[in-house]
Amino acid sequence: MAHFELDARRMFCPMPVIRTQDKIKELSAGDTLDVICTDPGALHDIPAWCRINGHIVLQTKELNDEVIVKVEVCIDA
Amino acid sequence: MSKAKAVSLISGGLDSLLATKVTMDQGVHVEGINFFTGFCVEGHTHAIRKKDKARPKRNNALWVAETLGIKLHIIDIVEEYKDVLLNPKHGYGANMNPCLDCKIFMVHKAQQWIEENNFDFIITGEVIGQRPMSQRKETMPVISRESGADDRLLRPLCAQNLPATLAEREGWVKRDELYGFSGRNRKPQMALAKEFGFTDYASPAGGCCFLTDENYSSKLVDLWKGRGVREYEMDDIMLLKVGRHIRPNPNFKLIIGREDGENKFLQGYKNSYTSIKMISCSGPLTLIDGVTNDADLELAARITARFSQGKNEETVTVETKRTNGETKTMDVKPLPVSEMQQEWYV
Ligand code: SF4
Repeated sequence: MAHFELDARRMFCPMPVIRTQDKIKELSAGDTLDVICTDPGALHDIPAWCRINGHIVLQTKELNDEVIVKVEVCIDA
Repeated sequence: MSKAKAVSLISGGLDSLLATKVTMDQGVHVEGINFFTGFCVEGHTHAIRKKDKARPKRNNALWVAETLGIKLHIIDIVEEYKDVLLNPKHGYGANMNPCLDCKIFMVHKAQQWIEENNFDFIITGEVIGQRPMSQRKETMPVISRESGADDRLLRPLCAQNLPATLAEREGWVKRDELYGFSGRNRKPQMALAKEFGFTDYASPAGGCCFLTDENYSSKLVDLWKGRGVREYEMDDIMLLKVGRHIRPNPNFKLIIGREDGENKFLQGYKNSYTSIKMISCSGPLTLIDGVTNDADLELAARITARFSQGKNEETVTVETKRTNGETKTMDVKPLPVSEMQQEWYV
């Protein structure tokens, strides 16, 4: 289990979702990923994508115009 | 026998939602695929403007997938799509929308996807006669053939009006449980949506991409004309969605923020473009696309001032910043309305 970070700043939805999806393909179950975005739409879209594809959103937060979505990669993804 | 597997092209509109549901109800395992061309209409780019903040921020393709309980694969085709848009073999629709080539390209990508992922067929929400360019009786076989999908392409909403495809012949779906919709009338789709209990779907008439929009298309054509070359990058696509675009001279145009949300958005591009901001009063942030000399920059500053709180002042102070970091403060007279030429507006 490892922790990763994905810089999706200055990207507009759905690019942060696409990058999250592509990054998760390289990860293993139990890994966690912080996706850092500047498009607030990511707060809605990344969790929606995770629900659909069976991953868990551990936390979302907004900090200084940035949005951070913490995702846990699940086995049956 | 294991379930047949289909991938469905999900645009986020009603038709692909229904086509997918109809196929799933026949026991087929369906996953969605959504292509991002860069021109897709997204709630979030609307959200750049403050006045739109009340609109729900949702990605309709994700919403459709979640409603149906299927996986969605979103594919970035921004780079490959350039050739589709710049050189469409079948030409453009009413605006800069190369719908037929676009459909062929997307189905072709879906065909590659099913080969790589061992799926059996592709479904789309196309309906014969629904759209003047890409969804006509004559174009349906063109899409199947030129995409390379051939009879692995099923259109569940109008299948009964078309020759049987592989999915029907193999018994993966029953033809008599598919539909025979045709024409522009959307009542049958709405009735079917009601039957399925779908209420919150995206506007049935809503276009799926900015290229069908007349204003957007004219800005795109202007961009190519201004640069003397038909090409674009992702930043260009985004900036065409934002602000007032004013071209007072062939060599440059202004992108002027219309309100705080847009000003803030444009701020993010300040290092890549010459910019103008108001100092003595509040007003928009302007980016300059093109090459400007000092006289051009002064004209741009006067135009910007015209959209500021100080538009009726004798002079206002502005700051200009070039991409090399050179910053200048100047006092300019806001351009009077009478001197703003209508043809400057892109
Ligand atoms: S509207 Fe846009 S995305 Fe849809 S088929 Fe036409 S060009 Fe492609």
